[in-house]
Amino acid sequence: MSSNNAAAPYYFVPGPSKWPMFAGISLLVTMTGASAWVNDASWGMAVCLVGIAMTLAVLYSWFGDAIAESEKGLYSHRIDLSYRWSMGWFIFSEVMFFGAFFGALYYARSITFPWLADLDHKLIWPDFSGVWTNGVGPAGTVESYTPVEAFGIPTLNTALLLASGMTLTISHHALQAANRAKAITWLAVTVLLGATFMGFQAYEYMHAYSDLNLKLTSGIYGSTFYLLTGFHGFHVTMGAIMLAVVLYRLIRGDMSAEHHFAFEGAAWYWHFVDVVWLGLYVVVYWM
Amino acid sequence: AWAGPAATAAVDYKTATGGTGGPMVNQLNLQAPATQIAADIYSLHTLMMVIIMVIFVAVFGVMFYSIFKHRKSLGHKAATFHESTAVEIAWTVVPFLIVIGMALPATKTVVAMKDTSNADITIKATGMQWKWGYDYLKGEGEGISFLSNLSTPRSQVGQPGEAPTEQRGENYLMEVDNEVVVPVGKKIRIVTTANDVIHAWMIPAFGVKQDAIPGFVRDTWFKAEYTGTFRGNCAELCGKEHAFMPIVVRVVTAEEYTAWVNGKKKEMAALADDPNKTWTIDELKTKGEKVYTANCAVCHQANGKGVPNAFAALDGSAIVTGPKAEQIKVLLHGQKTGKFPSEMPAWKQLSDTDIAAVITYTRNTWSNKPAENIVQPAEVVAARK
Amino acid sequence: MSTHDHAHDHAHGGHAHDDHAHDHPHGLSRWLFATNHKDIGTLYMWFSFIMLLSGGVLALMIRTELFKPGLQFFQPEFFNQLTTMHGLVMVFGAIMPAFVGFANWMIPLQIGASDMAFARMNNFSFWLLPPAAILLAGSFFVPGGATAAGWTLYAPLSTQMGIGMDMGIFAMHIMGASSIMGSINIIVTILNMRAPGMTLMKMPMFCWTWLITAYLLIAVMPVLAGAITMTLTDRHFGTSFFNAAGGGDPVMYQHIFWFFGHPEVYIMILPAFGIVSQIIPAFSRKQLFGYASMVYATASIAILSFIVWAHHMFTTGMPVTSQLFFMYATMLISVPTGVKVFNWIATMWKGSMTFETPMLFSVGFIFVFTMGGFTGLMLAVTPVDIQLQDTYYVVAHFHYVLVAGSLFALFAGFYYWAPKWTGHMVNETMGKAHFWLSLITFNITFFPMHFLGLAGMPRRYADYQAQFTDFNSIATIGAFGFGLSQAFFLFAVVLPTIRGGKKAEAKPWEGAEGLEWTVPSPAPFHTFETPPTVK
Ligand code: HEA
Ligand code: HEA
Ligand code: HEC
Ligand code: CUA
Ligand SMILES: [Cu+2]
Repeated sequence: MSSNNAAAPYYFVPGPSKWPMFAGISLLVTMTGASAWVNDASWGMAVCLVGIAMTLAVLYSWFGDAIAESEKGLYSHRIDLSYRWSMGWFIFSEVMFFGAFFGALYYARSITFPWLADLDHKLIWPDFSGVWTNGVGPAGTVESYTPVEAFGIPTLNTALLLASGMTLTISHHALQAANRAKAITWLAVTVLLGATFMGFQAYEYMHAYSDLNLKLTSGIYGSTFYLLTGFHGFHVTMGAIMLAVVLYRLIRGDMSAEHHFAFEGAAWYWHFVDVVWLGLYVVVYWM
Repeated sequence: AWAGPAATAAVDYKTATGGTGGPMVNQLNLQAPATQIAADIYSLHTLMMVIIMVIFVAVFGVMFYSIFKHRKSLGHKAATFHESTAVEIAWTVVPFLIVIGMALPATKTVVAMKDTSNADITIKATGMQWKWGYDYLKGEGEGISFLSNLSTPRSQVGQPGEAPTEQRGENYLMEVDNEVVVPVGKKIRIVTTANDVIHAWMIPAFGVKQDAIPGFVRDTWFKAEYTGTFRGNCAELCGKEHAFMPIVVRVVTAEEYTAWVNGKKKEMAALADDPNKTWTIDELKTKGEKVYTANCAVCHQANGKGVPNAFAALDGSAIVTGPKAEQIKVLLHGQKTGKFPSEMPAWKQLSDTDIAAVITYTRNTWSNKPAENIVQPAEVVAARK
Repeated sequence: MSTHDHAHDHAHGGHAHDDHAHDHPHGLSRWLFATNHKDIGTLYMWFSFIMLLSGGVLALMIRTELFKPGLQFFQPEFFNQLTTMHGLVMVFGAIMPAFVGFANWMIPLQIGASDMAFARMNNFSFWLLPPAAILLAGSFFVPGGATAAGWTLYAPLSTQMGIGMDMGIFAMHIMGASSIMGSINIIVTILNMRAPGMTLMKMPMFCWTWLITAYLLIAVMPVLAGAITMTLTDRHFGTSFFNAAGGGDPVMYQHIFWFFGHPEVYIMILPAFGIVSQIIPAFSRKQLFGYASMVYATASIAILSFIVWAHHMFTTGMPVTSQLFFMYATMLISVPTGVKVFNWIATMWKGSMTFETPMLFSVGFIFVFTMGGFTGLMLAVTPVDIQLQDTYYVVAHFHYVLVAGSLFALFAGFYYWAPKWTGHMVNETMGKAHFWLSLITFNITFFPMHFLGLAGMPRRYADYQAQFTDFNSIATIGAFGFGLSQAFFLFAVVLPTIRGGKKAEAKPWEGAEGLEWTVPSPAPFHTFETPPTVK
């Protein structure tokens, strides 16, 4: 691959920027608010939301700067490479984040549960059976619940996400072939599929809370279920937003057949979210 | 130096080893071992110390030789070599072999430490903020159960800005009201658990340290070779009084142990009282004050005012001045409203009389003057069901 | 790889159309809005130095309380806050950012890059730290005070604390984000921006150690974030990750925490190894011995660091097979670490040595760090660890590797590169005084802690048995001496060097090698706008 920006500097270094410091301040506001919020202080929620809004505003301006630079042709092939490396390692850090929760699930299920149910622990928990999905923690303080059935919405959602991965690839190929209209269509379909996934997920949560009595408080099962699917859902939302921004830029006419890292980065992210889902589908819903 | 374990007649720890069962002034090494495991650990440590010292002297001998001889100020010219596969392999392989040499004896000890089978006596040690509870589960003495609190008076500790008013004793912070008593030369299995947060049960002279984890049981064991009193501390950060929940084990001869068991059983029977006896309010208050000082004052303070934002005040508390049934429930089951960072533990393990007494005490002290001002043990018995 | 010519091409964002010669931002905005790696490096270093002093003041408060048995100055709950915040501030506020500051300053100079790969994100990494520090410091003043669960924040004690704990958790989230972004920046800079001819195996050791450290950071910071997120939901949203009643497990927290925590301690030592590996050859006037094996040893330490975490948990009651596995794996780490020590000494061997302050600190580092490494090996042996876990022996161990290890290496690096940063030579007499004062008072402070630990004094104790009095008093006196030595460093070394002193040449050290010495001292605002070619 060779650079499409022969006029770009060897390595563009941006000049002073106020966004990083503003982003830092916004996060301070957010986290101060969050600390107060989780402790039920009346002003916590408001401050936290203001902080989030500030953060988003700063990021909007910041990315605006970066996009403008890119459009001005200041980004050489080498910068493109930097973005690729960084996106890759960022996704790796996300993998490790999910790793912590998958690890917790594995540990609770394969080590803690049998342990709590073994002979020695009869001393404390005489009646605990150690069956993963039977609905109660050893203390019997957890209300009984029904786990979510794997072959309903989750399977449908798997299909949706897999399909979205395919439509995204079609869009990418179209973009590379300079078929902008086709790229836009299929990207729009992808975003839609993502949104549908989120809709189903929201429905499933409501169903779980109201019909299955499966809650955050449903012992370790509920804890791992909601944090894993919840963080995944959050990442799907992020990915869908990224794709939506890319879609908007595509429509605006930003990206070229050769030069569209924003598209590719978002696509990598989307595939990562996809793979995490497959893991979830197997170990959270199926097993 | 450590003399070998006594085979027959019980030997006193102090006479045999010169140790005190706790730390000694300006002690430079591990405490004198009182069990085979501790002795193994002691010699492992010594062995490693020797190896490490030899490596240290050799490595830094070379370095300092070089520092003194290969200086520019002496006119030493720099050589140009910068690698040698042979030496590099050598100094990878040799340390590897040394490490294996250390790991082998260690492996044996690890396996021995883990073998808690065939114990003569099993004792459950429950860590609580901030005291230990003991239940003799199996073996001679089965059924004995008591709480063990720090017995060093606060007047020896002092307060920020307030000098201690009493001379510190020799066992400052290492003495308790109820010691664990075990017979010499018998395998004692200690099962640990906790009520609230993680604590750790440690006796250095036994080479024993085992975390006590809430909701889980873990075990460890020891077999004391000497009679004597052995002292340790809670070794896992457990909140504000972490430094004030020591562990004391008194190792006695078999006969003394039997006598202790009998005495303790009688004491417990006496303590259990007759739950149907009706007490006078003054009897309950007097008894209750003792219970309060031993169990409640760490959190709620002697003046009943608690600690703002940490522990509820009992002076003027709605629960203490309201219907008594509520307070009995709080005592039996604990309370967690989320208003405080920590929670009120459950006090089931106290006797019915103690609970009745401490409630009565709190209801008739400080500014509290509730309508229902006396609780009889029978009411606690009823509430337990 | 890149074929097009790079003779002319370089531009600076907002100044692309300005006159190139004076596109040097001025005033406060130079620092607040910085995108220059040197400015950001300076910011990092000042921040971490302030944190070192703050964490040091907390340590001095700890030592003051422990001067004598009894409760003299602080309530035990406040003492626990001091211990916890001392650990957090030192680890996340002082040592880690200091190394990132060094990376910012030196990596682009050493590989011949014009700046860090993502200049704005670089500034963001920095500007996340003050908010985190404000949250941590602020938590002392909220109801219930700061978190007092130890820097390890073990559950379920951590679920008992007040709002200070939440502020601590959020602060750590922010610092984690900062580290991840910083690491991505460093990796990308090293992989993508080396000057032509600078192959990976020609790269200075400092860059190598940081490359590997950055991988460790990206791998483990998110895991820490996960662990403390679970703590947060357990505290406020009713989950049961660490609560047996709901099927969770407090020990699970420890597994997740130490999966982060153990690599974390190598994160704090590998860059130190890198700095020392630059300095020893320079003052021995002899090439680093066994460069390739140094790289492999660093990588081995990093890889092994992922499979030793449970050596912090031998007393939790693991199955015997796990205890053995983690014991063996941990002991193995001394092999590659030994390779590094031996290589340094072989570098010195038959060199032509001089002992300016950077060299003194480096030799001091090797000597004292090795003592800390040996006590670590002692702790790796399960039975010995069970005896010593959570005693002052552990406190002695980690201050030997962290203070005399990481911190001394940072000092060495400061003395070595300060001429490049400030344009002035450091006053050698003052530097040497700082070294000897630090070395002696350090050992007075921490050596007695070995004895305390062996005799059984538990750590995180606000009060202790009277038998431990003498050694504790000595340690406290030493701590104040060590603290004063650092005040001396600030007032007699750092500030005077910034203000003036003998002018430094481009290459002030006779034996020093590397691209950083090809640019003038102080390094101009922009360097290597045209990449140099390395043969
Ligand atoms: C910079 C940080 C750093 C470094 C580099 C190390 C290095 C090592 N550490 Fe340390 N450690 C900590 C920071 C660090 N540690 C901290 C902060 C804690 C406490 C956390 C807490 O609980 O709060 C801790 C705790 C800790 C424990 C748990 C103690 C306990 O709580 O019970 C253990 C146990 O195995 C351990 C082991 C080791 C080992 C084997 C090494 C090895 O890497 C050392 C290797 C080096 C050498 C061995 C010396 C040089 C080698 C030679 C000269 C070769 C020849 C040698 C031989 C063949 C023997 N450490
Ligand atoms: C990471 C690096 C690091 C560093 C550099 C230090 C530095 C020091 N540490 Fe600490 N320490 C830890 C990491 C570190 N520590 C950790 C991780 C823990 C475990 C926490 C836990 O248990 O959870 C710990 C725990 C710990 C304890 C155990 C506490 C306990 O168990 O209760 C003690 C006790 O003595 C201690 C002491 C010291 C001292 C005396 C220093 C000295 O080196 C400090 C030197 C002092 C200064 C640098 C201050 C200088 C400043 C001035 C004199 C003021 C000048 C003012 C101006 C100029 C305006 N540390
Ligand atoms: C480990 C610390 C601790 C100990 C020891 C302790 N308490 Fe408490 N107690 C608390 C805390 C914390 C609360 C507040 C709980 C809440 O409301 O969430 C509390 C609440 C109470 C309440 C309810 C007060 C109210 O107004 O809500 C009573 C009554 C009480 N304790 C009595 C006792 C008695 C009697 C003892 C001794 C037998 C005792 N406590 C020992 C910590 C403790
Ligand atoms: Cu109980 Cu520490
Ligand atoms: Cu470790």
